[in-house]
Amino acid sequence: MPNGTTTVDVGEEQLPARPGQERGTLTGWIQDLVYTVDHKKLGILYIGMALVFLVLAGIMAMLIRAQLAFPDGHVVSPETFNSLFTMHGTVMIFWVAMPLAFGMANYLVPLMIGARDMAFPRLNAFSFWLTFFGGCLLFFSYVGAPGLYGSGGAPAVAWMALAPLTSRAFSVGPSTDYWSLSLLVAGIGSVTGAINIMVTIFCYRTKGMTLSRLPLFVWMTITTMFLVIVFLPPLSAAQIMLTLERYLGAKFFDTQAGGSAILWQHFFWIFGHPEVYILVLPAFGVVSEVIPVFSRKPIFGYPMMVAASVLIGFISAGVWAHHMFAVGMTSFGVTFFGIATLAISVPTGIKIFNWLATIYGGKIRLELPMVFAIAFLFQFLIAGLTGVMLGVAPFDWQLNDSYFVIAHFHYVIVGGILFAVFAFFYYWYPKVFGRMLDKKLGFWHFWLFTIGFHLTFDPQHIAGILGMPRRIYTYHPGRGWELWNLISSVGAIFQALGIIFFVLNLIWSARKGKVAGDDPWDAWTLEWMTTSPPPDYNFEKLPEVRSRRPLWDLKHPDDPDWKFE
Amino acid sequence: MKAAHHPGGRDRDVIEGTSGIVLWPNYLILFILRICSALKDRREKLIRRALLLVIATLPGTAGAQTADHVRAIQNIFHPLSKPAELINDTARLTLLICLVIFLVVGGLLLYSVVRYRRKSTDDDTMEPSQVYGSNAIELAWTIPPILIVIVLVLITARTVGEISNPHFPKDPIQLRVIGHRFWWELQYPDYGVTAANEIHVPVSYLPSTPRPIQMTLDSADVVHGFWVPQLNGKLWVVPNHRNMMWIQPSSLGTYLGNCTVYCGDQHANMLIRVIVQPPEDFEKWIAGQKAPAVADPSVEDGRREFIENSCGTCHRIAGTPAANGVFGPDLTHYMSRQTLGSGVAVNNDENLRSWLRDPQVLKPGCRMPDMKLDDKEVDLILAYLKTLK
Repeated sequence: MPNGTTTVDVGEEQLPARPGQERGTLTGWIQDLVYTVDHKKLGILYIGMALVFLVLAGIMAMLIRAQLAFPDGHVVSPETFNSLFTMHGTVMIFWVAMPLAFGMANYLVPLMIGARDMAFPRLNAFSFWLTFFGGCLLFFSYVGAPGLYGSGGAPAVAWMALAPLTSRAFSVGPSTDYWSLSLLVAGIGSVTGAINIMVTIFCYRTKGMTLSRLPLFVWMTITTMFLVIVFLPPLSAAQIMLTLERYLGAKFFDTQAGGSAILWQHFFWIFGHPEVYILVLPAFGVVSEVIPVFSRKPIFGYPMMVAASVLIGFISAGVWAHHMFAVGMTSFGVTFFGIATLAISVPTGIKIFNWLATIYGGKIRLELPMVFAIAFLFQFLIAGLTGVMLGVAPFDWQLNDSYFVIAHFHYVIVGGILFAVFAFFYYWYPKVFGRMLDKKLGFWHFWLFTIGFHLTFDPQHIAGILGMPRRIYTYHPGRGWELWNLISSVGAIFQALGIIFFVLNLIWSARKGKVAGDDPWDAWTLEWMTTSPPPDYNFEKLPEVRSRRPLWDLKHPDDPDWKFE
Repeated sequence: MKAAHHPGGRDRDVIEGTSGIVLWPNYLILFILRICSALKDRREKLIRRALLLVIATLPGTAGAQTADHVRAIQNIFHPLSKPAELINDTARLTLLICLVIFLVVGGLLLYSVVRYRRKSTDDDTMEPSQVYGSNAIELAWTIPPILIVIVLVLITARTVGEISNPHFPKDPIQLRVIGHRFWWELQYPDYGVTAANEIHVPVSYLPSTPRPIQMTLDSADVVHGFWVPQLNGKLWVVPNHRNMMWIQPSSLGTYLGNCTVYCGDQHANMLIRVIVQPPEDFEKWIAGQKAPAVADPSVEDGRREFIENSCGTCHRIAGTPAANGVFGPDLTHYMSRQTLGSGVAVNNDENLRSWLRDPQVLKPGCRMPDMKLDDKEVDLILAYLKTLK
């Protein structure tokens, strides 16, 4: 790793190599990553793993789009297609989006609160490796399940694995077990990781870093980790019940024996909906850090932002059944969950207003992180509004299970979360590797990916309105879906090109990028106070904090923030 | 429309004659029907007949107003049945509200970004004025979203109530729909009729004399979803959990729909056809379905092959004791259907021959296995099935 410009005399090079650890060689580097309990290296591992799985699941998405580009497609067989969308969804949610959330929190939280490491460094490594091996277990289904030929062994029950399709009667062979056990393993890793991050935030803040001075990213992380701790266990419980049913003859979801198919859906969605906020809140956090710095203004209405995100966390506990409007609930149930769902749009709306007000009156530097953050705002606005449409229960009866829903949640997860993750990369990469990401490659990435995103997902709204259901491997010509699917598939190529530029940029800039220095963006939070990359112990001397923007206070001693807060 | 060719060379195009939908005659018809519905008392019948005659002679509408007209493009914003119309009203209002919010907030975003971007002439050492927030402003902008939410909640509650608790003027037609992997079983308990995949219902021309269809949704195995967008929103078909929905189609035509909940390999080809007919034609169809299976002595060999190859284990042919299975579709009046394999292909000789030889070619992953019939057996069974009118 290249050193930053600011030199600290106690750099790691002076330390003697530990036994069995060769510095500067590939094996030494790998050993270093495998043995590490350092929150920064684990953060890099989390994010690196997420990128690998992103590419794998992205290739699956490309195959899906190739199959659907034309009616009566014959790119893959029905069984392969069904396992492709199952794997794509499962991997993207549990091994891309969640590790990204954990990786970002792992790397940034101790630096932002002025701590030297996480509260439980070894538990941190344990959490990462559980997640990693969970992913390996899932992918092992390709060879381990009885489909040694082709891809027959991968699970094909869709990412929500609706009972009773997962019972032994309808899902023969162990592929579904790979699905549920890998999720169980990764789920335990997520809960332990979340506990670790929570304890770190509550117990390891530097002097003066009160809760009301935490950077917003940290606040969003608190809410996220709270949701993980409370709402991942129902999913794990459901996986255990499913395994008991498949191996020991339990009858929780077996409708032939009097079980309930809807019970599974309640278990799944009481996890599944908070999961959306688990994924989106870290993205909110990133944007809440990027927008003020590049608008050159503090975040507008900090207390309101914190309150709104905590409120989102609480309300998200009571909205899960809006995924089940079409299951056949009572009108009271439909109305109740409809109200809760629409209510959650209020704090979300407030957040958008606050970001807007932060931009308003600023002096906006359109650097890459900000460009991605602005695209995030725009796309998240649309995603929120299509979410409101889905929250209106009768409208949902039409839109649910259609490509409109596909378009909606890809707007949330790609247009919202992934764009914020890109902003994260462009903003904090200099801190992590000491070098800036290349601007030219970055803008190629931005434009290709944004154009690709809109080409792919905008037409899917229309396909859904014209009655195209999700998870179909083929369709007849003449239903009015051909054009929209073709545009969508072309867009996927643009997105893939964008990702190629992005990955090239990551690799190229790590060696050849412009040297960043400690604080390339003239930012205000604590991580910019230390070197880039930060030393193992993060801070030479733990800083003392008097306001929400400690570096602003340092840079403007005549006009510090703490006078106004 | 040009037929799309399967590798096997079979014609799979099940959506013939839908090259375009001309909407304006439909609006004209709707307008005339509205006039019809305004007419009361005994003269109504006479005038209605006259007006319906006018509809029939309108240019370009003759095709659009028969049950054969395939409504392949199922736009949810172009509903042709009561519940879908109620949903449409709510949906359009919601869409309008969301559009306004999008224009206002998106416009503000665009304006702020353009107006406040850094200019090359700016002095970078100067920071803009540092605004930390304003409680008054923040409270003020919380109010409009709350008001909008209240409006949306009210219209949601109203529409949910209207659709979930309908007031039927007289006993509706009962229809039991049972989802199987990967086809639909249909039972008309009032008439004692069992059919598959193609739902026949009478049209309700006039809102004043509706003939709603009350559907009971059950599943024989996993969760399915029933969705014909122009008729109603979707409802899941859940095993061990009976759901009810109703439709009241106002226009003739063949409506296409899909299973919407992933149910296995052939989820994509678990298609739905709803054939909305004039009441006379519907009664005729019912009478045809109630009739016992045709026993044509000239195809006795085919009948024997059918029995000997155990087809009757899964398929029922009324009046044939050895054919009383319930795992596959009822074949008593097989030839009255437009499609085979739950809509996967047109019901013609070529496709039926392919299906009998190996169903896994047209519908790979369907529950019917390759029975390994030789050409002669296929010919005999085909000839037999063709008599099941």
